[in-house]
Amino acid sequence: MNITEKILAKASGKSRVQPGDIVDANVDVIMVHDLTGPLAIEAFKKIGVKKVWDNKKVVTILDHQIPAESVKMAELHKMLRKFAKEQNIRLYDVGEGGICHQVMPEKGYVSPGALIVGADSHTCTYGAFGAFATGIGSTEAAAVFATGKIWLKVPETIRFNVEGQFQKYVTPKDLILHIIGKVGVDGAIYKSAEFTGSTIRNMSIAGRMTVCNMAVEMGAKNGIVEPDDTTASFLKGRTTKAADYKWLKSDVDAKYEKTVDIDIEDLEPQVACPSSVDNVKPISKVGNVEVNQAFIGSCTNGRIEDLRIAAQIMKGKKVKQGVRALVIPASQEVYAQALKEGLVEVFTEAGALVCGATCGPCLGGHIGLLASGEVCISTSNRNFIGRMGSPEASVYLASPATVAASALTGKLTDPQEVEA
Amino acid sequence: MQVKGKVIKFGNNIDTDVILPGKWLSLIDPKDLAKHALEGLDASFPEKAQKGVIVVGGKNFGCGSSREQAPLALKYAGVECVLAESFARIFFRNSINIGLPVIECKGISAAVNDGDEVIVDFEAGKITNLTTNQSLQGTKLPPFIMEILTDGGLIENLRKRLNKK
Repeated sequence: MNITEKILAKASGKSRVQPGDIVDANVDVIMVHDLTGPLAIEAFKKIGVKKVWDNKKVVTILDHQIPAESVKMAELHKMLRKFAKEQNIRLYDVGEGGICHQVMPEKGYVSPGALIVGADSHTCTYGAFGAFATGIGSTEAAAVFATGKIWLKVPETIRFNVEGQFQKYVTPKDLILHIIGKVGVDGAIYKSAEFTGSTIRNMSIAGRMTVCNMAVEMGAKNGIVEPDDTTASFLKGRTTKAADYKWLKSDVDAKYEKTVDIDIEDLEPQVACPSSVDNVKPISKVGNVEVNQAFIGSCTNGRIEDLRIAAQIMKGKKVKQGVRALVIPASQEVYAQALKEGLVEVFTEAGALVCGATCGPCLGGHIGLLASGEVCISTSNRNFIGRMGSPEASVYLASPATVAASALTGKLTDPQEVEA
Repeated sequence: MQVKGKVIKFGNNIDTDVILPGKWLSLIDPKDLAKHALEGLDASFPEKAQKGVIVVGGKNFGCGSSREQAPLALKYAGVECVLAESFARIFFRNSINIGLPVIECKGISAAVNDGDEVIVDFEAGKITNLTTNQSLQGTKLPPFIMEILTDGGLIENLRKRLNKK
């Protein structure tokens, strides 16, 4: 079996599973946030069960629209706090956490081999730690609250075997954009995406999270990386469940639907052009695109490693007049670290606005929506029509390095070109 | 279980941001959500769907966010069922869970046009275009999913199962 099959077998008490099997799996952790939690609570109340099946396994994280940007959201936040109190479940409030997919591993809710579901499509991010993690909707979340179980179809698996070393300022974001451009937005639909090869082995947890985060953008059920010492060292002190990960390796004779080999030695920075995540071009082929806004943040690229590379490029320089540059650390922990390292100072001196951790503009929620005809270059994960505001605005997706470079020049720019 | 209705057809990769834009996610009442159904592509959709309609999509229908507000908006706008070449998996599950029937059917995009009248037989997975008299075989839903749909959604289904215990 491969790693995904091993986790699904263990979670459903079976010795073996194969693609196509439908299993009734035990859930280790479930997460909901401020946009999916309220509907889940409403549905839960209709089931007629008084208490969630295990209050230690349910996590609520306020992140999409924090601090509340409207009275409507304030009411929803109030409802979530009330439910968390009644059920004695942990809720990460404004100022405590940040974007759910960053907070979950930081606070120790993610561990190798765990089966995690979250009422958010980017829940697949936790595959970076060797967990099986997938997104669900609110009603399904309510059913898990009540029963602790979920039915899952064992997926076929595509293996992405990545070899080579990144060129300077080429990042895991460029790799995953390249992969999605290659296979298409439905290239892994219903399937598991397993990332292997020396590039992945040498990659930081932050990079693996970026890669697994965007697995859903090619339709994948989950993205996953075999856990190793890098995983264990990130999780050390965050969870006690990270010790036993040696069993989480795909067998030598594990079955894959196919293997896609990728060599990144010559990969240049990649850009997903409007309005589909698979409309990917190397930056040299994008042409002259002027930008109104540059956004560094989101569950895809709001980590300290992302802020470091952006700050390295922006240090001592100024954001181009007429461009709004927004930097939003993914969590309070990332924010604090960025302060310590002097990165917040670099951004503010460059003329960028640093905001508190939130999903914010990524989904057109608040903080930095786009007007008609405007262009944003963003480190986030979706460039759909209307995603960041007006349906007549355009969104280009790229790495933190490319976004930082573009903020300085006011147009889509290869980070290597702004090197001092 | 059968539904009959006129078709409104869309293309490939219809994402949940165009089905229900992010700015409306703080709405809780499905009837309010319905007013913005497919707003990203066609602001007049709710008006067209009012009397009941079958939505036909291409590949990867419902891709993107896990927002259940997307199928809810469609259902309450008057969509009786969605047929597509393929679905994004979270949208597929969400639809079943809120009692909106969805069937995967290869070749559906080419076989129907806007305004065609279509009849869908869920148990058989059979789709008949009454305008052209053409029949297609979709992927049959397994019995436990049919049961969720006939119960009216996952919550009703779960209540029934928990009461039996």
